[in-house]
Amino acid sequence: MLSLDSSRKTLGLCVSGCRSLSSLAELPEMHQMMRQTCRDYADRELGPIAGKLDKEHLFPAQQVRELGAMGVMAVEVPEALGGAGMDYLAYSLAVEEISRGCGSTGCVVSVNNSLYIGPILKFGTQKQKEQWITPFTTGEKVGCFALSEPGNGSDAGAASTLARQEGEEWVLNGTKAWITNSWDASATVIFATTDKSLKHKGISAFLVPMPHPGLSLGKKEDKLGIRATSTANLILEDCRIPLGNMLGSRGSGFKIAMQTLDSGRIGIASQALGIAQAALDCAADYAHKRTAFGAPIGKLQAVQFKLADMAVAVESARLLTWKAAMLKDAKKPFTKEAAMAKLAASEAATFCGHQSIQVLGGMGYVTDMPAERHYRDARITEIYEGTSEIQRLVIAGQLLKEYAS
Amino acid sequence: MSRVLVGVKRVIDYAVKIRVKPDHSGVVTDGVKHSMNPFCEIAVEEAVKLKEKKFIKEVVAVSCGPTQVTETIRTALAMGCDRGIHVEVSGKDYEAMGPLQIAKIFAALAKKEEASLVILGKQAIDDDCNQTGQMTAALLDWPQGTFASEVTIDGEKVKVVREIDGGLETIKISMPAVLTADLRLNTPRYATLPNIMKAKKKKIANMKPADLGVDMVSRVEVLRVDEPPTRLAGVKVETVDDLVAKLKANGTI
Repeated sequence: MLSLDSSRKTLGLCVSGCRSLSSLAELPEMHQMMRQTCRDYADRELGPIAGKLDKEHLFPAQQVRELGAMGVMAVEVPEALGGAGMDYLAYSLAVEEISRGCGSTGCVVSVNNSLYIGPILKFGTQKQKEQWITPFTTGEKVGCFALSEPGNGSDAGAASTLARQEGEEWVLNGTKAWITNSWDASATVIFATTDKSLKHKGISAFLVPMPHPGLSLGKKEDKLGIRATSTANLILEDCRIPLGNMLGSRGSGFKIAMQTLDSGRIGIASQALGIAQAALDCAADYAHKRTAFGAPIGKLQAVQFKLADMAVAVESARLLTWKAAMLKDAKKPFTKEAAMAKLAASEAATFCGHQSIQVLGGMGYVTDMPAERHYRDARITEIYEGTSEIQRLVIAGQLLKEYAS
Repeated sequence: MSRVLVGVKRVIDYAVKIRVKPDHSGVVTDGVKHSMNPFCEIAVEEAVKLKEKKFIKEVVAVSCGPTQVTETIRTALAMGCDRGIHVEVSGKDYEAMGPLQIAKIFAALAKKEEASLVILGKQAIDDDCNQTGQMTAALLDWPQGTFASEVTIDGEKVKVVREIDGGLETIKISMPAVLTADLRLNTPRYATLPNIMKAKKKKIANMKPADLGVDMVSRVEVLRVDEPPTRLAGVKVETVDDLVAKLKANGTI
């Protein structure tokens, strides 16, 4: 028989201090305004160029600067440090709207906010925040996050990049793989082993400016989707940084990485939602206009069922994402909800991308329509910042803890 | 030094497909997306730019209508206006509200607020009247710079480049004055996130037309609203003679 405490936990009720689920139906006015301004920007500035950015693998530098001026590159950062001073729900809305216009740009926004600024905001000293966050709020500079290695992705505890102390410096050696924003970044949060014997408790986090002697970039990966972002290896060969560049305490790197990814998941969930919504918008619009068998195809049940399934997938993932963001804003545990949001949203994105092409038929297969780009952009959301399989492990782990007697 | 009043109108969003009500009394507005009139956005942008260049001290955003117009005022605040005024008009008065009533309200407010400039959009995209600015200036007996594509403040005067049918006309008018914004005056800024946060703290004052001594009685009655006739297919002709013959045949000439 479940005790009152654990049943409250299992029902996931938000206790006082956190916005109740009933308010999910209508966002607060500020959030609605913020969502509208991001949507306007995405519709007018990103939508028209997204195809070109994708075809030509172009980093949207101008747009990133404009988004920086709007405060979108540092949504949660306090105003004193140059950010917008808003909450995580606002951030989630911003990333979704931006991603709806361009999946790649949404990725750049998410990585800068959650993966680069996130850990420094949480674990950095005041001096580190001023040095490594403030210049990255304007859109002039973006950061990146280097955890994965050629030898380990999901197996993050097996980091083989090493950091040894030599006098007043750390010396880093190793290779990091799949680093988003790498070719466009001016700094990175990077993870390296400082004490091999302590296994994952021997990993530490470091701040490295880019470019920097001893740090070089591998070739840009030729990706299926989010092609306007650069993805490459970071190669460290006796890369020397001052002792003051360690982020957080020695050995806390794994904890920093995991907590950062928890929040990052809400960002990626939001990106996936934007892509899914764009795919749904494309399909629904086409269903009105395309005629077959003497009527718009939207009249056919086969198409209607697809659109309904897509809408349910997006809306349910959206509510999960908003809930995770609201829990985080209320400083409540949100690990399970963030993993659920990322899992649901990324699977919704791939589902909607797939079905959108199906609704468009032949037109969905050619680059004249954005459906194929949404399909390709969606795919990565099930892989990075924790694969869908890892998300399931995280969810099950949290769930089983709740049921433990 | 100076205070500027900017008018912002809440209209059906430009991208929405307009539908006429089944009873032909008007267009469907329930549940339809509304936003700030694009020419009003340009007016707000110009006012905020003048303030940034330190020509004016305060920008006051004004809107007339039911509670929903406060959203439009907040957007103006998020773009950089200092405070707002919501003139409450609802029900039949709102449906019948037209340029003359608005002009009377703005004239009264301009006097009350001791404004140096009233900046409006040249027209609203729902009724396309293009009258409010002109009427406001006439009621105040102020000079007007309408269809402005460039505005420069020069001491107590304003140089306005106007877009007219023949090209561009430059005039110099003394303040206080009424300006109406045309398309090419500027590119309105996006509301930034920090400004949206700041807008939360800015004040919006409430008042009724009666408080300003304005009566909302309309002298215009809308009898019927219809969709434009569906465009029929055209006919192609080979020569001018064919064209003349066809026009004669169908009675056009």
